[in-house]
Amino acid sequence: MRIPILKLNNYLLVSIQIEMDDQAAINFQADLLEEIHQSGSAGVVIDLTSVEIIDSFIAKVLGDVVTMSNLMGAKVVLTGIQPAVAMTLMDLGIRLNNVSTALDLEKGLMKLHQELGG
Amino acid sequence: MSLHSCICIKNEWDIVGARQMGREIARVMGFCTVDQARIATAISELARNIFLYAEEGKIYFEIIHQHNRKGLRMIAIDTGPGIDDISKVMEDGYTTSGGLGAGLPGVKRIMDEFELISEVGKGTKVTVVKWLR
Repeated sequence: MRIPILKLNNYLLVSIQIEMDDQAAINFQADLLEEIHQSGSAGVVIDLTSVEIIDSFIAKVLGDVVTMSNLMGAKVVLTGIQPAVAMTLMDLGIRLNNVSTALDLEKGLMKLHQELGG
Repeated sequence: MSLHSCICIKNEWDIVGARQMGREIARVMGFCTVDQARIATAISELARNIFLYAEEGKIYFEIIHQHNRKGLRMIAIDTGPGIDDISKVMEDGYTTSGGLGAGLPGVKRIMDEFELISEVGKGTKVTVVKWLR
């Protein structure tokens, strides 16, 4: 099961709408980096509106993919993290420091636009 | 009402199956969305520990009643290598698998009751309870 990665101008858009098992999460990591490389995109929005749980493994995969993308020169914004997910992550002790976030896809794109100067 | 269910953990996909099952039981019992997420997350962590360290095990779900309150008890049992130093695995950030090390101490924080019993060479049993508020 692959997570679709869409290209929009200079950005990549991802909306995670499947219940991710560990392998799907790892495949997504590799697919996104490859797509950044292929498309030369400067920014990525990963929308998590439909994600109902983020456990420590998925949190690590997401945090890592943000760091890896940054290393390649692309900026990533995570959007739409649900209240229940944010509370559970906090209780688990997972902070996702240095990860850029926004309330929704629209604000995520605005954030990229501001930070990358269009 | 009492309910007993059990799910075997043998592969990565069973981790997803276990947390979906737990979430559904929690939803039907009337847990709020946040507690449903906490329960599903705790199951995910416990199931992953079974898969990573013991390869195979089971998670039992049980609806329990105590002093007019209702709760969901989940027991994760494996016959894997066991845990040598329990105080160490309960430290935040401790990991032997390259993970975040948030697993067991994190599960303890998101559940109301937590008990870990382990014997080297025999296996591990983690019992957690979340009470309906």
